[in-house]
Amino acid sequence: MKILVLISNVPDTTTKIRFTGDNKAFDTSGVQWIINPWDELALTRALEIKEAGGVESITVANVGTAATEPTLRKALAVGADDAIRIDAEPKDAFYVASQLAQIAKDYDLIMSGIESSDYNGAGVGGMLAAMLDIHSVSAVSGVSLENGAFTVQRDIDGGNQKVSVSAPLLVVVQKGIAKDPRIPAMRGIMMARKKPLNVIPAAAVEARTEFLGYEMPEAKAACKMVDEDNAKELIRLLHEEAKVL
Amino acid sequence: MSVLVYTENWEGKFKKLSYELASFASAIAKEMGSTVTALSIGHVADDELKSLGKYGVNKVLNVQDNRFESLDNKAVADAIAKAVASEGAKVVILAHNNEGKAFAPRLTVKLNAGLVTGVIGAPVSVEPFVVKKKVFTQKAFAKIQIKTDVKVLTFAQNSFDVVENQVDTVIEAFDPQIGDDEFTTKVNETNKITGKILLSDAEIVVSGGRGMKGPENWAGLEEMGDLLGAGMACSRPVSDDGWRPKEEHVGQTGKIIAPNLYFAFGISGAIQHVAGVSSSKFIVAVNKDPEAPIFEFADYGIVGDVFKVIPQFIEGIKEIKS
Ligand SMILES: Cc1cc2nc3c(=O)[nH]c(=O)nc-3n(C[C@H](O)[C@H](O)[C@H](O)COP(=O)(O)OP(=O)(O)OC[C@H]3O[C@@H](n4cnc5c(N)ncnc54)[C@H](O)[C@@H]3O)c2cc1C
Ligand SMILES: Cc1cc2nc3c(=O)[nH]c(=O)nc-3n(C[C@H](O)[C@H](O)[C@H](O)COP(=O)(O)OP(=O)(O)OC[C@H]3O[C@@H](n4cnc5c(N)ncnc54)[C@H](O)[C@@H]3O)c2cc1C
Repeated sequence: MKILVLISNVPDTTTKIRFTGDNKAFDTSGVQWIINPWDELALTRALEIKEAGGVESITVANVGTAATEPTLRKALAVGADDAIRIDAEPKDAFYVASQLAQIAKDYDLIMSGIESSDYNGAGVGGMLAAMLDIHSVSAVSGVSLENGAFTVQRDIDGGNQKVSVSAPLLVVVQKGIAKDPRIPAMRGIMMARKKPLNVIPAAAVEARTEFLGYEMPEAKAACKMVDEDNAKELIRLLHEEAKVL
Repeated sequence: MSVLVYTENWEGKFKKLSYELASFASAIAKEMGSTVTALSIGHVADDELKSLGKYGVNKVLNVQDNRFESLDNKAVADAIAKAVASEGAKVVILAHNNEGKAFAPRLTVKLNAGLVTGVIGAPVSVEPFVVKKKVFTQKAFAKIQIKTDVKVLTFAQNSFDVVENQVDTVIEAFDPQIGDDEFTTKVNETNKITGKILLSDAEIVVSGGRGMKGPENWAGLEEMGDLLGAGMACSRPVSDDGWRPKEEHVGQTGKIIAPNLYFAFGISGAIQHVAGVSSSKFIVAVNKDPEAPIFEFADYGIVGDVFKVIPQFIEGIKEIKS
């Protein structure tokens, strides 16, 4: 069995968000890049499944420029066996999924995150499954391999379910898929340098959406403070001023 | 040419979210000079289906087929695609919730459509088709143009007013003709969260952080929650440490919510926490540290001890409720 984990390269979660060129583009100067938190958990779960036995290899893949290679190396250092980078400047979820469709055909399990923490597209996983014409399960908080089929825990609106689906399968993962992300050890970092990172040229694909520009939210008015010993006053303000109680 | 809206039901009933989606669809249809068709899958009584007419839905396609109960992502997406084709719909709207996020991306591949998820408010324009959404996990807004003929959107809850706009509604039975072999997701077990207000539906949310000191101290927050009919939430370390169930975790790596009122007790206001609650209309913070970042995001605040403040809040709420 072979597992493919999709890796989105995103700004560190504490990054101060700024835009350049008349608010037309995200300002990447000084930004630290990380593995998208969901993808990091997906990779952690993939490693756990591999350790339980029956998995031949874990491949990680990214659509991005050479600048994303440190992120892929980190995934290798955590324990993936090999990496694929499709050499392209990602434009939207459809563009990314179309690129991935070139390389994603021969896997039994594909894992994607529920969304990239930068553009929050929430699209790549489901699109890729439809392009490959395989099954997908979304909002997944647990996956394991039992007797050749996958047992999957997923959230539904108002509860959760345990479902089983046969391979090949794509899961779109979220909170709960693994507890804490694995951190690369020194040995892993050394080994990662020798693991294969294959670069594949981009396919000619048109994006279907275009990001026209960005806005920052309006600055908030100052917080209205109430004294600790007069806390009931705050409830009165919510009732009479804000009118939300 | 019409606008198609997928209105999911919860045990045969629609929720405010369904009417919000219908209102949103009907506003877009009006601008495009077209009509609204709703697609309903599952057992919903005719009266309930008709209630969509109050919010501008002209026609309901009613699919009654138990096989869809497994929410098989492929089968449902294919069924929605069939409905879109039969209506010649140009704009397709789903909710930005678990179901919508599962089906919409698959749907775009079937329909050669462009997708924007988590759309907030009315479109900026319909010609060209430009919508707004939050990006960088709630930290900024983006304007995005969809360039394809057919457009698929998932719509963020609580970002459009429910508007009454009664029209005549026809209900038509619809069979999307999905073969048995398309359904491969087998449901082994379902756990419904009952007797609790779902966080995603709650108008008021009461939330606690590490400043609450331990799970044994939640009684006051729960009492507030009961009095207000509020949903309960918490910060990540609180759910990680098992003080509270994981469904209550809000933030960048938890749920993203947009209630009218969010109470943060003993929560420092880390950027990853605020990412999940910054769309709340009003935020109230109680923290003993005047420098806590949460006060930069809050509308009302108290610098003080949560254990002194909570009993006073409860008393105050009881007074305004009586
Ligand atoms: C205007 C714009 C500017 C961008 N600039 C940059 C940039 O400077 N540097 C950069 O690295 N990226 C950049 N991107 C790409 C971006 O980070 C995403 O990879 C891409 O847009 C898909 O994002 P999404 O939010 O639609 O993904 P989603 O659909 O939210 O992602 C869901 C999951 O799909 C997988 N996935 C997403 N993107 C990729 C990917 N690229 N490769 C492999 N798997 C993926 C992951 O598992 C992820 O968890 C840019 C995108 C846009 C729209
Ligand atoms: C990748 C990543 C993702 C993350 N995602 C999330 C997420 O989704 N959600 C999330 O919440 N966090 C998330 N975090 C963690 C986040 O950075 C913070 O660590 C976390 O939000 C802190 O939780 P807290 O406010 O409960 O605790 P603390 O930061 O410890 O704050 C406790 C607060 O309580 C106050 N306090 C203490 N005693 C009292 C008292 N008696 N009365 C009043 N106030 C008191 C203190 O002054 C302090 O401000 C993430 C972190 C990372 C790196």
